Amino acid sequence: MSSRTQDSYDAIVVGSGAGGGMTAYVLACSGLRVLMLEAGRHYDPVAETPMFHLPRDAPLRGGGTRHKPFGFYDATVDGGWEVPGEPYSSAEGTDFRWWRARMLGGRTNHWGRISLRMGEYDFKPYSRDGLGFDWPLSYDDLAPWYDKTEALIGVYGSNEGLENTPNSSPGVLLPPPAPRAEELLTRHHCGDLGIPVIPAHLAILTRRLDAARIARTLWPGNALAQRVTEESMAARAACFYATPCGRGCSIKANFQTPTVLLPPALATGNLDIITDAMVREVTIDARGQAAGVHYIDRNTRLDEHAGARVVVLAASACESARILLNSKSSLHPDGLGNGSGLVGKYIMDTVGAGVGGQIPALENMPPHNADGASAMHLYMPWWLYQEQAGGQLDFARGYHIEFGGGRRMPGFGFMGGLAELTGGSYGQRLKDECRRYYGSFLWFDGRGEMIPNEDSFCEIDPEGVDRWGIPTLRFNWKWSSHELNQARHMQHTFADIIQAMGGRVTSDVHDDGARAIAAPGVIIHEVGGAMMGDDPRTSVLNQFCQSWEVDNLFVTDGGCFVSNADKNPTLSILALAWRASDYIAEQLRTRSL
Amino acid sequence: MSEERTKAEDRRERVLPIAEARETGPDARSIDRRHALKVMALAAAAPGLASCGPGPGGEAGAAGASAGAGGIPAGGTPGQVTNPNARGDLWDPDLLSPVVPWQRTLEPGELESLAVLCDVILPADDRSPSASEVGAHDFIDEWVSAPYEALQEGGVLIRGGLVWLDREARTRFGNGAPSASVRFRDLTPAQQQAICDDICDPERAEGGPFEAPSLFFDRVRYLTLTAFWTTAEGMDDLQYIGNTPLTQWDPPPPEVLRHIGLA
Repeated sequence: MSSRTQDSYDAIVVGSGAGGGMTAYVLACSGLRVLMLEAGRHYDPVAETPMFHLPRDAPLRGGGTRHKPFGFYDATVDGGWEVPGEPYSSAEGTDFRWWRARMLGGRTNHWGRISLRMGEYDFKPYSRDGLGFDWPLSYDDLAPWYDKTEALIGVYGSNEGLENTPNSSPGVLLPPPAPRAEELLTRHHCGDLGIPVIPAHLAILTRRLDAARIARTLWPGNALAQRVTEESMAARAACFYATPCGRGCSIKANFQTPTVLLPPALATGNLDIITDAMVREVTIDARGQAAGVHYIDRNTRLDEHAGARVVVLAASACESARILLNSKSSLHPDGLGNGSGLVGKYIMDTVGAGVGGQIPALENMPPHNADGASAMHLYMPWWLYQEQAGGQLDFARGYHIEFGGGRRMPGFGFMGGLAELTGGSYGQRLKDECRRYYGSFLWFDGRGEMIPNEDSFCEIDPEGVDRWGIPTLRFNWKWSSHELNQARHMQHTFADIIQAMGGRVTSDVHDDGARAIAAPGVIIHEVGGAMMGDDPRTSVLNQFCQSWEVDNLFVTDGGCFVSNADKNPTLSILALAWRASDYIAEQLRTRSL
Repeated sequence: MSEERTKAEDRRERVLPIAEARETGPDARSIDRRHALKVMALAAAAPGLASCGPGPGGEAGAAGASAGAGGIPAGGTPGQVTNPNARGDLWDPDLLSPVVPWQRTLEPGELESLAVLCDVILPADDRSPSASEVGAHDFIDEWVSAPYEALQEGGVLIRGGLVWLDREARTRFGNGAPSASVRFRDLTPAQQQAICDDICDPERAEGGPFEAPSLFFDRVRYLTLTAFWTTAEGMDDLQYIGNTPLTQWDPPPPEVLRHIGLA
């Protein structure tokens, strides 16, 4: 993509995903000159998204492979659980899977678009139950940026006023799409179980954004920011309820940084982007402040350097930790900003467990379009606060439920479990059974909070190096009984829901949480490793994502997370990055940096 | 619900969840290694099987290393638009104009037998053609030929299973005829069914003489289901409606709500 056109920059942003995209957008809109470095290739969703392409046109009918784990059409380039030439390792007994994508926009191109706010409890978990750590800010501190982020990217959902499930300000959310048949049926039966089923919050436009009004509201008194935001927003279409979001969206109806944040940032004229730029380390000046970054140009394989007044890492939680740990000097022998020794520590993923079911009431369904907004229209927020407070549960913290099924487009593995369900049927009977059962399968997934622990961390592998000559990461992982018991609770709850619906459970329900829980990293919500806090001895960053030791060094990806609530992290990464970027802009403006 | 890993569980691992509306498929990780051991056991138990498979090839290579020079187009119409940003290898394929970049490996005789078996599994009826009429056997060829260890192990299972089918046909219905004269594909439908009835249910076959062939049959059935229902004919038969842009999203129609008792 664009080569460097300026000799010096106010800020270098490493990474173009949620954190980097938002940081570059806010800084460029604030009039600062920004250089973005992306390790992967240029990627343009408008030109490259395989909208409407069918499984039958793809190799293996679009099924997943080691090169494309989420299927052929998934918007992941040079990524997945492995990246060619960029290995990582795991300590003995650890089976951590690290998902990366090497492309402009990073994982925002394929993500699930689920956009849930952390609630007031989620910022102060230690105060509530004595486990983990409190954040150095409260929900109220971040709420204005949640509003701004939702207004900017477009999020559908509703305000239900449920415990620890915050409302957005009036007029911020877009209307949620009407529930599908299987979602309505699930909601009906969950009512009997006392499980709330409410509209999901997803970063998908159910109608065009009111570009002029929103741009004015987001950027009062900033004509440049208003203009680029309005123009970019006006170029986004509303969802037309077809073709999976995970492929990306050429009509820009869902959120990914290359369609939503990078175009307005570029339109300011303040942003340059260099792709194929793999950052190795942050360099420092004589005072120990950040001077810039060394990166390897993937095309020439040459080491390059770029300088700026501020360096912002947003390479993803573990990748940013890797860069910090690899930035060793006599002033910072254990890595940059690592005086606390906590860089790479307290990595968290989300607790995940699932159960499938077959629902007779959904058999022989009259044909109808059930595509919808591709992902879920309804979900279940955590609901057992009182039981937990009353000591009735054997784990701390909660989970929400994501679910789906119904008459979706057949793809790889379609009806794969039917033979087993029908006693090994084949022939005309199998064909008829497929027609009967089509659309009658549901899947429930729990997404729950992991409590940070000191046995879950990443470090530089003394024996590992990637094809760019950069030392690689080694992961260590341990679940506590809270996570394992929670995973077991998930599976049993899903079985209860399926049975309440009159259905059959079609997958295993384990009493051993270690067998119910998804392997670490598999949910792809890894956060932490550069924890924020209010004490330099016990945290890496302050509440503005600023290094305690290196004033002009920031980390605006998921690395700053202190806890990992059941709410999917991307929306919070975006809001925290915006808040931090406002702080950076202010500090640069007042020459404090 | 059992805490012990069962064969059923091993089989289910190939049936990936629909979670989060992501497209899923035969990730090599999802196929248990113990299944591969069973494949090897089958090969060892049946004379002549060991030599006919592609063998347990090494892990698929790094970027582009395993892509053959074939460039065989995928089953559908290749896209008219190509993506100049894509490198075109397995890590960064051209999503707009997909191709299957590896050579198919099954032999004509194997494909002929496979086509017959696919049709035993999903025959033609008044709503749609048979599995082989929409190329299910060709898809299985694509699958077993892919540069992925687990899929090639599946290829050993399937090629060996085809030999077993012919041997079983000869044993049961050969009447002492010369060895090559009776094959499964030449049997009457009733005879074919007699054999398939014994191998169609891995749960029932577990621990008995048909255990290994039942795994073969189950794999072919799994792939035939994918192959058939993803075609235009299969999707029409199911009356899948979607993948088409809408101006607005409406609640389910009244007949659907009545069907689920929520009208």
